[in-house]
Parts: sequence; structure tokens; C-alpha cells
Amino acid sequence: MTLPLRVRALILSGIFLALTLGLWELSHKAPAAAGEMTEYEMLMGAASEEAAVPPPSKIIAHAWAELSNPFYDAGPNDKGIGIQIGYSLQRVLIGYLAAAAVAIPVGFLIGMSPLMYRALDPFIQVLKPISPLAWMPLALFVIQDSEASAIFVIFICSIWPMLINTAFGVAGVRKDWINVARTHELGHLRTAVIVILPAAAPTILTGMRISIGIAWLVIVAAEMLVGGTGIGYYVWNEWNNLDLTSVIFSILLIGVVGMLLDMALARVQRLVSYAD
Amino acid sequence: MTRPFLEVQGLGKTYPSPQGPPLTVFRDVNLHIQKGEFVCIIGHSGCGKSTILNVLAGLDTATTGAVIMDGQEVAGPSLDRGVVFQNYSLLPWLSALKNVTFAVKARWPRWSRDKVAEHSYKYLEMVGLTGGAEHRKPHQLSGGMRQRVSIARAFAIQPKLLLLDEPFGALDALTRGVIQEELLRVWSGTNQTVFMITHDVDEAILLADRILLMTNGPEARVAEAVSIDIPRPRQRTSIIHDPNYYAIRNHLVEFLATRSKELAGTANPDGDDATPQVVQFPTQGFPRPVTPAAATKAPIGAPTSSAKG
Ligand SMILES: Nc1ncnc2c1ncn2[C@@H]1O[C@H](COP(=O)(O)OP(=O)(O)O)[C@@H](O)[C@H]1O
Ligand SMILES: [Mg+2]
Repeated sequence: MTLPLRVRALILSGIFLALTLGLWELSHKAPAAAGEMTEYEMLMGAASEEAAVPPPSKIIAHAWAELSNPFYDAGPNDKGIGIQIGYSLQRVLIGYLAAAAVAIPVGFLIGMSPLMYRALDPFIQVLKPISPLAWMPLALFVIQDSEASAIFVIFICSIWPMLINTAFGVAGVRKDWINVARTHELGHLRTAVIVILPAAAPTILTGMRISIGIAWLVIVAAEMLVGGTGIGYYVWNEWNNLDLTSVIFSILLIGVVGMLLDMALARVQRLVSYAD
Repeated sequence: MTRPFLEVQGLGKTYPSPQGPPLTVFRDVNLHIQKGEFVCIIGHSGCGKSTILNVLAGLDTATTGAVIMDGQEVAGPSLDRGVVFQNYSLLPWLSALKNVTFAVKARWPRWSRDKVAEHSYKYLEMVGLTGGAEHRKPHQLSGGMRQRVSIARAFAIQPKLLLLDEPFGALDALTRGVIQEELLRVWSGTNQTVFMITHDVDEAILLADRILLMTNGPEARVAEAVSIDIPRPRQRTSIIHDPNYYAIRNHLVEFLATRSKELAGTANPDGDDATPQVVQFPTQGFPRPVTPAAATKAPIGAPTSSAKG
């Protein structure tokens, strides 16, 4: 009897996970038991033990403790992980939605008008490759607010994939479908809503997925720079505390949240996709 | 004199080419189509049939000439002219029903939701697409069912002129036969004027009141208009017993096989402004060369035999 591919893959994933965690756990224990302590290590004592990469068991215990009380707030440097993630998500969503609100209409314009496409293309080509963090000093100077600057950086990094994919999707709408709209005397707005938007939606959603991925990558770095709150700040802060357990835990959490964001948009993409 | 419902005058299409002389796809196309008439047009691929149809639809513009429908010049697409393409007439993200209702809504924006649905269902029923199938997306329907939806939509908006561009070209022969008769049935209940492109001679004879024959491109023209006087209602199985059926069929096949090529690039012998020559069966004895050989060898006014001393 062979199990379905999905189940077999799941079992294999479980084995890989167990192997990785097992080796990690063992490799941690081994040197402590074998080698003799150097003088330096004896001097450093507890500090050096804390600075070593912690074993998975410790991280899981830590994760359990953090996740069972994610929303506590005990001052600026001691907030629950849920609150920190919440801050980051809020910045990402504001910047991202603002970017969508600009990128999708402008992408429509560029996609529908060859003139606009040519006119705006040089700007896009120059602005697109700029690392979003390069904007940070300028943003801080102009906006004079670290919170808004972080959001601006998210805005600027999410805009390009959405803009380019929207333009591409709109420009690529099958001529016959446009003709269906024309022969039914649909106006510009109704053509956009009834024909072009649904036709281009899968391509637009691809852009939105790329954008949310980039936004989530960038927010961590941005928050390390601007500080205060958010998961990026949290990672940096725990590093300064030499709390590697928390650092590793938050790294994994960043990965999980990023995955969930992508899955949410993947679901929307499935809703708007069509077979042709 | 009353004007015909649809007048095509001196239609021509020329594309400029970067190198060399401009390419004239067709020219001097003059047609009169009466209200309620079913007209098919046949010609080899590339002679410009789709271009003519798109000009009639208002989707494309001609280089010369004009199209006048109901006394008004066609200057753009309109709900008065419904179009069915070979593929991609349906919006793939909408169900069959929604593909019809959006058109009905566009046609009668003030109708209530119920009225729109009722009207749409009526036409889907006419083509036998109910009982659950109407909620499926186009990709979940067979090619035949998809074209049924396209036809239902085209009839539902009750255009003054229905334009069909090889609507059954992508269907298998059996499906095509069934759906042709369905089209006839739906059409016969209306006074719908239809202009249809086909490459299937039997299909044209079954459906048409008149078949227009185009010469090969470039510089194609409509050379003949063959009247199909086989009485209606017609059925695939019975029309073949009509005494004129094979004469018509042979005439069409022979035109496509040889004369469409021989006449390519020639001008209308009746003049550039004239409508195509009318051919009727049984032939009514007009001076038409029966064989291509006679056409090329007998100059007008030449004696049929000459005695050389
Ligand atoms: N943009 C264009 N430039 C040059 N030639 C064109 C262009 N579009 C179409 N044609 C030519 O017009 C001719 C007629 O095309 P079409 O109307 O589709 O023919 P049909 O439907 O009879 O097969 C074709 O031979 C094609 O090469
Ligand atoms: Mg064609």
C-alpha cells in the first residue's frame, strides 16, 4: 500500500525536522561534557553559557512561555511578542495598503495607455532597484517621524511589484475580451470593472504576493533602524541583551508570520484565478 | 426605392507595409442585405472575411467605403450589432448565466434583476443550456456548449444585426451539425438579420438565404452572391434531396477550388460600384461562363468560331 504523496511528504518533513532538532540538541550538549573549561570560560561563567547558541529544547520552552502570554506590556523594553508582531503588522499593512491604493490605479493607467507606459517607464526603471532602506534617511529628514518613516519605507518597497504586475496584467488582457466589452457598449469604468480587473486579477495578485513578501522582509530591517517597537526592534534588542533564545524564537516567528501573510494572499489569488 | 437594411459601399482595407507597396487585402466590396436575411460569406483564409465582419461590427475601420445600417453609418461598436467569435466570446471568470446577464443588463440597464434573469434564462433554454449547466464556467463546458452560450447571449440582446465569425469552426463535425440546426431553430422564430463567416460549404447551404463568395487575397472582392432558394424549414437530412442541392454545392466547391484563385485580383466586370453577380439555381440562363476555360478563352464579342480561309 502506498500513501498519498501529500502524506508521504508530511512524514518526510517530520523526519527532517526531528533529525535537525536532534542533531542540534546533541551538538549542544556534547562540547560542554567533553572539553575542559578554559580559564576564560571559567571566568565568564554564566555569561558565556548564555551567549552560546541555545538548544532547541530551550527555545521551545521559551516559545511556550512567550506564546502563552503574548500581549503583556511591562514598559518600553518588555512587551509580549504578540504586541511586537502587532506593531510590525500594523506598519506593514498601512504601508502596503497605501502602496496598493497607488500602484493598482497607476498600473491600470500604464497598462491601458502605451503613451503613459513609455512616459513613466524611465522613472520606474530608476526607482525600482533602489534598496528601500536607502530611502530611510531622506524619509526621516522629510517626515521627521520614525514611525511614519518606517511605513513610508514599506510603501516604497511594496509599490513596484504591484505597479509592474498590474500594468503587465492590464496590458495583456485578451483583445477579444475587450471587444466583448466594446460590442456591449460598456463605458470605460464598466469595462475596467467587468472585464479588465477580473482578467488581470491573477497577475495583480501575483504582484501583491511578491509585495507583501518584500514588505515583511523590509519591516524587520526598518524597525532595527528606527527602534522603539516591532519585531525587528525586538530581535535587535534581544541581541543586545545577548538573549539568543529570544533571537532564535523571534526569527522563527518572523518566518511563520511571513508564511501566513503569503498563504492569505494565495487564497485570495485562488479565488480570482480562472481557467481560460 | 427603399434602401436595403444594410448597405456596404466600396469597402476596402489597405495596410501600409514598411518595405514595398501597401497591401490591399480587399477592395470594392458592395453589398446589400435585407432585414431578416441570413447571409453567409465563404472565402479562403486570409482574404479578409474577419476584417469585413469587424468593420460591420464597428470594431475595425475600413480604408475606403462605408457601412450604412438602417440609414445610419456604422462608426463604432454598438449593441445593435451582436458579435460571436470563433473563440473567446465568453468571459472565462463568469458563469454561463452571468455571461448572458451582463449583456442583458448592458442592453436594458433599467430592467430589474428578476427581469434580467428571466430573459437570460429564456435564451439559455432555447439553446438547451439549463438544469445546472448555466452555473458552470466556460472551461467546465464543452466547446459546443460554450458556443451555445455565445449564441444565446447574442440573440438575447436582440441586435439588429448578428455577426458570426466562424462560430462553429472549432467544433467537431457531429456537434457542429447539432448546433447548426439549433441556430436555425432559434433564428427562425425571429426576424434576425445574420451575417456569418464559415468555411463549411454544407453549413452555408443549410443556413443561408444567400452565400457570398470571395476571391483569394490580396485585392480580394466578393465575386458572386449565390441565392439559396431551398425551402425552409431546412434540415441537414432533407436538404440533400432538394433537386438543386448538388448543383449549388458543386458550384461552391468549384468556386473555392479553382475560380477563387483565377478571379483573384480581377475587377468586377459590372464595374467597381456594382454589387456582386447574382447566381441562382436552377440557373436562369444568364450569360455566365460555366467552365473556367470558357471564361478565359472567349473574349467579349469574339465569334465563337472562325473560318480561316
Ligand atoms: N496589421 C496588419 N498588417 C498587415 N496585414 C494584416 C494586418 N492584419 C491583418 N492583415 C492581413 O489581412 C488579411 C485578412 O485577414 P482576415 O480578415 O483575418 O482574413 P480571414 O478572416 O478571411 O481569414 C490577412 O491576409 C492578414 O495577413
Ligand atoms: Mg477569419
